[in-house]
Order: sequence, then structure tokens, then C-alpha cells
Amino acid sequence: MPQTLHNFMVLDFAPLLAGLLAAVSCGLLGNFLVLRKLSLMGDAISHSVLPGLVIAFLIAQSRAPLPMLLGALAAGVATVVLVELLKRLGKLEPGAAMGVVFSVLFALGVLLLEHRALRGMDLDADCVLHGQIEYRIWAAAPTELSAYLSLDTWATAPVQLRILLISLVISAVFVVVFFKELRIASFDPQASTAAGISASVMHYALMIVVAVATVASFEAVGSILVIAMLICPAATARLLTDRLKSQLWVSVGVAATSAVGGYYAGAFVPGLFGLDAVNAAGAITVVSGLLLLLAVLFSPWHGVIARAVRQRRVRLDVLRDDLLGALYRIEESGEDGAELADLRAVLGSGTQLAVRSASRQGLVSGDRGRIALTDKGRAESAGLIRRHRLWEHYLVGEAGFRPDHVHETAERLEHLREQTPRRGPDADPHGKPIPPESDPNTDPSIDPRGA
Amino acid sequence: MTDKSPQSSAPSAAPTPTRLRPPQSVLDARPEHSAQSPLSVHAMTVAYRRKPVLWDVDLDVEPRTLTAIIGPNGAGKSTFIKACLNLVPRATGDVEFWGMPFRKARSRVGYMPQRETVDWDFPVTALDVACMGRYRKIGWCRPVSRSHREAAMACLDRVGMADYADRQISQLSGGQQQRVFLARALAQEAELYFMDEPFAGVDASTERAIVRVLRDLRERGSTVICVHHDLQTVEAYFDNAVLINMRIVASGPVSEVFTPDTLHRTYGGRLTLLDQASEAVARASRGRG
Repeated sequence: MPQTLHNFMVLDFAPLLAGLLAAVSCGLLGNFLVLRKLSLMGDAISHSVLPGLVIAFLIAQSRAPLPMLLGALAAGVATVVLVELLKRLGKLEPGAAMGVVFSVLFALGVLLLEHRALRGMDLDADCVLHGQIEYRIWAAAPTELSAYLSLDTWATAPVQLRILLISLVISAVFVVVFFKELRIASFDPQASTAAGISASVMHYALMIVVAVATVASFEAVGSILVIAMLICPAATARLLTDRLKSQLWVSVGVAATSAVGGYYAGAFVPGLFGLDAVNAAGAITVVSGLLLLLAVLFSPWHGVIARAVRQRRVRLDVLRDDLLGALYRIEESGEDGAELADLRAVLGSGTQLAVRSASRQGLVSGDRGRIALTDKGRAESAGLIRRHRLWEHYLVGEAGFRPDHVHETAERLEHLREQTPRRGPDADPHGKPIPPESDPNTDPSIDPRGA
Repeated sequence: MTDKSPQSSAPSAAPTPTRLRPPQSVLDARPEHSAQSPLSVHAMTVAYRRKPVLWDVDLDVEPRTLTAIIGPNGAGKSTFIKACLNLVPRATGDVEFWGMPFRKARSRVGYMPQRETVDWDFPVTALDVACMGRYRKIGWCRPVSRSHREAAMACLDRVGMADYADRQISQLSGGQQQRVFLARALAQEAELYFMDEPFAGVDASTERAIVRVLRDLRERGSTVICVHHDLQTVEAYFDNAVLINMRIVASGPVSEVFTPDTLHRTYGGRLTLLDQASEAVARASRGRG
């Protein structure tokens, strides 16, 4: 085995894998916390783990992994139950109940740590905050490649890896086996319960699995990373897809990317600026936050930029419609077109844009600054005026508006190409003729997503 | 303190199994508490934090009928449904479905909650939601098989939503969302349906579609109980009506229970509603005359 690879196995393998396993198992479960608007629950559980660890240490008098794990798990479950009790008995909203429980339990843990009997316990605030995955060195990593085929070799790997792997398996099996039940219980708890899939049973089951994942991850990577990993991948994935199944896959991908990317970014990026490597858990958290930011900005449908583009396109369509409507009315009055300056006086600052867009689509022609409808533009604008006047007729006839109150509303409704009032008369409430129904090809139905 | 309902004179049917038999005095007072009735509620009281919401409710629903539950806001209409389905605890009373407790009748009972109770931004499609109606039939921990998905698809088709099966539910209009909910209820293939305000905030064509589906359900032998808020359409849409205001004011065929007196007792002094009601009564009597 080459020296570099051996170095990797000794120094980087265990921390990297620990971060990856923790991120993926938390990221997977986080989907259901985010969907059920319980994101704070991960926060609550991961903070209350501290007193659990301390009390377990007091009882067992050792830092052996099993008692630590059981203590933390008991604390996690206790948090869930306490939050429910507070909600019910204290009549508190869920956020307040979670906030109270985890701050009090965390403080209790800190107080206990101050206790003299615990001075020997190497559980300091740093470790609680961001864990110590960098120190999970696999000193016994063999130099021979073939040795990795033997299970005995893996038995010498840091024990945290095994715990995290078990926790990931539990999370994944839980989500896969109860996918259907989690979906209905998260979406519609009442119908779910009525159909025999008790939403509160699913809630407690989910919380216990979250507690397991949190506790397993906590020792390795600290509480900051746990909280970020429960929320960030799920929130990122939610922005990138509208299907629960793909959201789960995307969140796993995001979690894995931030774990690996964050680990190496923490090790190498500070070096570029002549600084020391930073804490890996912190770097992973920052990377997952950055990924979320990217999704907020660039998500193809929910992203800020995509939304702005869509809104701009709709505004342009509206402006173009208004231009066509104005030209149609000008033709009705006997003229065969209008100067750009006159149109700008009616339509405002976007006129130039609208003219450019309409002429690109062959709807208007501009000869020496005089804008006129083409045949195609005339058919299009007749459809628009038809919708406008049908709406005016409908608003007066069916909705009881006064004739002089309907123009502005119709001016908005005319842009909707679906659900125009059917079969109107020949004239609108102001006596203007309603153009006949045009060729359906010029009346395409728009993408109902709102584009 | 039970309100005597017009229905209580209905012919008595098979006796209750001895195993579950209540005291004879109770049986005498409620002869129709039987395996024939899809829903039989006896002396049900529901309280939230010691404040009664429903008080001593008795109700028997005839099979193969459409029943409207009517009453002012806060009268306990939704609570009535939830208490029947064990979604909120009952202080007293028992509820039987074909003479059985809800636990045993669960797969024969469908429920359609109010549309506002769920998050319509949830990342599922219309078909996913319709498939949820099949979950009970599919059973725990098993994936939705193709045949169940096809059955759910057929239900979407029955409510005119087949073309929207792959839409994410937030992209549907309110009326379309309501139809998806209805499709999910249909997918349960239940014999008794509870629907909470199925007509709330829907467009005219959705309202017609829902009415068509309800009548179709009745044709196929199902019983439907709807919380309904539009007094104008009760006569046209429903066979029976239950007037509730914390207790049952009246229940029975719409033409019998829809009187100015009962409506007044149900709605109290709410004038606009009363105007609406008297108009509805006038129209109903014209229809009979």
C-alpha cells in the first residue's frame, strides 16, 4: 500500500467516514422533522444529550461507549416526552415547549459537569459544541491492502464508526420500511390516525430514531453539526424537488457532499490563506449552510433567481398584452397604428420592451416609428379584447358590479387564458363589440404553474 | 335530557348481541341501536378542558342515505365527527358502527378532513394523496403496489382529476385540492363516509362533481355524513339533516327537520343566517307543495 494511502487510512479515514455516516443518517431523518415543522426537536434532543451523558457517567463510573449511549438515549427520549407533556399540561406552543426543555436540560448538564466528581471526565464544552472527529485516528490501520479484507482489521477501527454505522442502518431501515406511514402521518395526521396508522405512534417512533441518530452522531461530531445536519440537507432538498422520494435521495446526496466537502475544505482552505486547519465539524456545517444558500438562490423552480425571471417574464407578457390591446382599440377608432411616443404616453416606461418583444413574435410591425398590428397580432389582440369584454360583461351581469367599475378588474383578468366566461353577448356593458371566438391555435392554454 | 328525534320512531331491527348488550332501559329508549345502523351514537358528551362542546348526543344514521350536519360555527360539528372516529376523547357515551366499536369497523369507515387541516405545500402529487386512501388496505410497511395505484388513479378519474395526477398538490386550485381529498376518500372504498365541509370554498363545477360523487356513493350502497354550511343547498343535496348546536336540536329527513322553529333554535339570533334559512324553508315547502 502506498504511503499516502496508508496516511489517509490512519489520519483521515475514520474522521471522514464518521462525518459522512453522521451527516447521512441525520440528513435522512431531518426530512420528516422539517416537513412536520419540528426542526427544533433535533436541537432539543442534541442539547439534552449532555445531562444524559453526565448522569450515565456518574452511574457507570466510566466512559465506556455503551453506558454513555444508553444515558444519552434515555435523555433524548425524556426530552421528547417532556416536550409533549409541556405542550399538553402547560398549554405551550411546540416551539416554546422545546425551547424550555432543551435549555433547562442543557444547563443541568453544564452544572453537573462543574461538579468535582466529574473533573476527571474529559467531556469539555469544546467537545460538546463541535465534537472531535479529527482525533479519531485509526493508529492500527494496517499497511497491507489485503488486510482490509479481514473483519479482524476493522475491529481495530475507532468504535464510534461502528456506532455510527449502526445508527445509519437504523435510520435507513426505519425510513424505508415505514416510508408510507411516515408520509401519511406527516401529511395528514388525522386521516392517518382514523385509517389506523396512529400519527402519535409514528411521531414517537420517529423521535426515538432521531434520538438514536443524534446521540450516535453527538459523540463523534458535536451538537452544532448534528443540528445543522438534521435541517440543512432536508431544507436544501425541499427547494430542489417536489416529490418526497426524490427529496430523501437529494438530502442524502447533499449531506454526503457537505460531509466530504466540509472535511477537506476545513483541512485545506484555511491553508490557502496561511492559516491553520479549522475544526472539521464546523467546516462541514458551514459547507452545508452554503449549499442551502446556493439552493435558495439557484433552485430551478423555488429559487430566488428563477422566481425573479418568471415574474419578469409575466410582467413582459402583461405589457405585451397591454400593447396589443391598445393597438386594437386604436384600430377600432379608425387609425391603423400609432407613434411609439403616443403609445408610451398610454402604456408607460416598459413600452419599448413590449414593442420589441411583440415584434420579435411577429405580432406588430414598426415602420419608421409607427407601430401597427400584423395579421397574427390582430388575431391575438382580438382574443385579448374578447376576454376583456367578456369579463366586463360577466362582472356586470353575474357579479353585480356597476358598469363604470369593471374596467380595472377586467384589465387584470384579460391576461388569464384559462376559464374565460363562456358564450357572451355581442357587446360589452359599454356597447363595444365583443370580437368572435378566434382560432384556438392563437388561444393556447398557458402552463398552469404560472409561467 | 335527550332530544327526541323524528327518527326514533323507525322500526326496530335485530337486537344487539348479548355480549355488548346495554341495560334494558337503555335499549327500550333507543330501539334502533342495532347492527343495521352504520352509525349509532348514544349519550355522547365531548369536552375540551372541562368545557362541554357536545352534550348528550344521540344519533342513528340510516344506511344508504346522505346526511348533512348543520349548525353555526363552534356548534361542535367537526368535533362530532372526530369524536366518532376516536380522534378526540369522549367524556361519556359510546359510538357503534354496524353494532361494532370503531376499532373493528375501521376499514369500512372513510374520513375526509377539512381541506385547511393539511399543509398543501407538502411534497406529494395528487396521485400520492389518492394512494393514501389505499394505505389501510395495503397494510403496514408494504409499498404501494401497481394495482393499488391503479385503483387510486380510477378514483382520481371519478372526480375528474386524472389529468392532474402528477401535479404537486400546491399547484392545484382549492377546488381541485378538494377533489383530490375526495378521491382519497373514495380510494378507501368505505361503506360509511365522514366528510368535513366538502363544499367549503369550491367552485361551481367542483360542487357539481362532488354532488355527483355523493349520489353515486349512495347508489352503490354507501352512507355519507357531511358537515355542511350552506343552508340553501341542504334540501337539494341531502336526504337527512342533523341540526347541531352543542346538542342535537333535530334530526331526520330534511323536509321534516328543516322548520323555522328548529332553525331558530339551532342558529339562535343570527339574523342573516336566519333570513337565509327561512328562504330555504320557503323553497323547500314550495318543492313539496
